[in-house]
Amino acid sequence: MILDLPRFVTAERVYWNELQTVLDRLRLEPNWRMSIPEIERLHYLYERCSADLVRLDTFATEPQLRAYVESLVARAYAEIHETRARAGKIRWGAFIAAFPRAFRRHPGAFRLAVGLTLAGCAFGWFAIRADPDAKAVLMPFPALMGSPAKRVAEEESMKTDRLHGHKASFSAQLMTHNIQVTVMTMAAGITWGVGTIILLFYNGVILGAVAADYVGAGYGQFLAGWLLPHGAIEIPAILLGGQAGFILAGALIGSGERTSRTERLRSVAHDLLAIALGAVAMLVWAGIVEAFVSQYHQPVLPYSLKIAFGILEMAALSIFLSRVGRT
Amino acid sequence: MTPPRASALRIETPEGVVFSLRLASPVLRALAWAVDALVLAAAATAIEKGARVFAMLGTDWATALDVFLYFAASMAYAMVFEWYWRGQTLGKRLFGLRVVDAQGLRLRPAQVVLRNLLRAVDFLPAAYLVGVTACLVSRKGQRLGDLAANTVVLREARLLEPDVERIAPVKYNSLAAFPHLAARLRSRVNPEAVRIAVTALALRDGYEPPARVELFGELAGYFRALVGFPEAAVEGLTDEQYVRSAVRAIYGK
Repeated sequence: MILDLPRFVTAERVYWNELQTVLDRLRLEPNWRMSIPEIERLHYLYERCSADLVRLDTFATEPQLRAYVESLVARAYAEIHETRARAGKIRWGAFIAAFPRAFRRHPGAFRLAVGLTLAGCAFGWFAIRADPDAKAVLMPFPALMGSPAKRVAEEESMKTDRLHGHKASFSAQLMTHNIQVTVMTMAAGITWGVGTIILLFYNGVILGAVAADYVGAGYGQFLAGWLLPHGAIEIPAILLGGQAGFILAGALIGSGERTSRTERLRSVAHDLLAIALGAVAMLVWAGIVEAFVSQYHQPVLPYSLKIAFGILEMAALSIFLSRVGRT
Repeated sequence: MTPPRASALRIETPEGVVFSLRLASPVLRALAWAVDALVLAAAATAIEKGARVFAMLGTDWATALDVFLYFAASMAYAMVFEWYWRGQTLGKRLFGLRVVDAQGLRLRPAQVVLRNLLRAVDFLPAAYLVGVTACLVSRKGQRLGDLAANTVVLREARLLEPDVERIAPVKYNSLAAFPHLAARLRSRVNPEAVRIAVTALALRDGYEPPARVELFGELAGYFRALVGFPEAAVEGLTDEQYVRSAVRAIYGK
C-alpha cells in the first residue's frame, strides 16, 4: 500500500508550516514564555507531525519528505519533552548558595582530595629532609631553587618595589595559570580519577618540599607570611577542583549504583558546575592577593599581619562553605 | 570490543515514534574547530588593541587586561555561543553542526559548561589528540567532554520543503485515466521498487544513454507485470515514460 502523497502533503503541509514557525520562534527567542493555549497547540502539532512521520515510514517512499517531517518531529520533541526549568534571570543569591551546597553534598570527594594532597605533602617533606639535592627534581621552578636564607635576606632588605609596574599583569598571569590548573584537576576526573589523583599528589609534593626547605632552614614564619595570604584561598580552590574531579570520576565508575552512567553524570552536572565556578571566583581573589599582598614582606608588611590575614580568609571561607545555603 | 561507530542517533519517543538525527563526523568537527580558532585569534587581536586604550592607566594595567580578557574569551567563547545559539558556535553554524543532549533534549547550562571545561583534557597532549581518539572510538562520536556532559554533536538536517512536483510533474497521465487499475498498482507495488524508480527518475539526465534505456526497461517490465493497463493507455509510451506515468499513478497524480 502506498500513500496518496500529493493529497497527504496538501492536507498536512499547513500543520508542518505552523509547527516550523513555532519552532523557529523558540529558537530565536529562547526565553519566550508560551501561554497554556500555545503550549497545547504545540503539543497537538507535535503529535500530528509524529503521526505523519509514522504514516510516511509505513506507507511512503519519498526520502526528502520523510527527512523534512523527521527534522520537525526531532526539534519539537526537544521542546515538548524538556521537563527541566528554563534558564530565566540569574538569581545571584541562589547562584552563590549553590556553591557551598554542592561542596557539602560530596564530603567524601573533598576528604579524598585533602588526603591525597597531604600524602603528597608528606612525601615532599620527607624527600627533601632525606635528600636536599632532590629539590631540583621535586620543584623545578627557578624561584624556589635558591637558598631560603639568601631569599629571606634579599626580600627583607629590599628598598624598592620589585613588582612596581608589573603587579597587575603578574596578578592576571597568576589567576589564569591557577584557573587552568584547577580546571585540569577537575577535568582529569574523566580518566576515572587517575589524572586527578596524580595532579593533587604532585601539588602536595611541591607544597611539602617547599615547606621542608624553609622550615628546615628556620624560616617557618617567613613561609607562613608568604604563602598564607593567597594560599588560604588558592590551595582550597585546587582541592575543590580535585573534589569536582572525584565527583566526576565517581559518576563515571558508579560502583554499586543501579542507575545508568548517563543518569549519574546528569545528576552531578549541576554540582560540578557550581564547584568549578566557585573555585574560579576564589582563584581570581587569590591572584589579586598573591600579587598585591603576598610578595611584600617584613618590614613593609609585618608577618603577623599577613598570617592573621590568611587565617581570617581561611575562617571566612570555612564559614561560607559550611553555613551559607543551609535552610 | 568497541561497537561500530553509528552515523545517526536513533531516538524513540514515549509515544513510540522513532526518529534519527545525523551525527557529525570528526572531520567536520575539526573544520568547525579551525574556524572557531580563527575567530578566537581575531578576538585576541581585538582584545589587545582594545586593552591599549587603557594604557593611560599604565601599561601594566593594559597588559593585565589583555591577559585576563583573552583568557576569559578563550574559556567562555564556546560556552556563551553554545548556550545562546542552542548548541552552535560560529564554526558549528558555518558547517551546520549543533550540540544537543544525547537524548535529543535541549541543552542545559551545566552541560554546556562541563563539555567545554573538559576541553582541557580533550586537547591533550596537543591538537585535541585525546578528543579525536575518543570521537573515533566512541559509538556516538563523543569526545570526553561530550561523554561527561551527555551531549552529542549533530549534523543538522536542512529543512527542505517537500517537492512533490519533482517526483510527479503535472502532465497528462494516461494511466490515471483508469483509477481502479492505478489503485491496484498502488496496492501491489513494493515500496522499495518505487523508491528505486523515484531515484532513477530524479537522476535520469545523468545516466549514459545505453544504461538509461536498460534501467528503465527493467523498471517498466516490473511495473507492467504488476498490472496490465489497456492498450489505449500505454500505446506509444516509451519505457521511461511508462515508469514516470506509473510513479505518478502510484502517488495519485
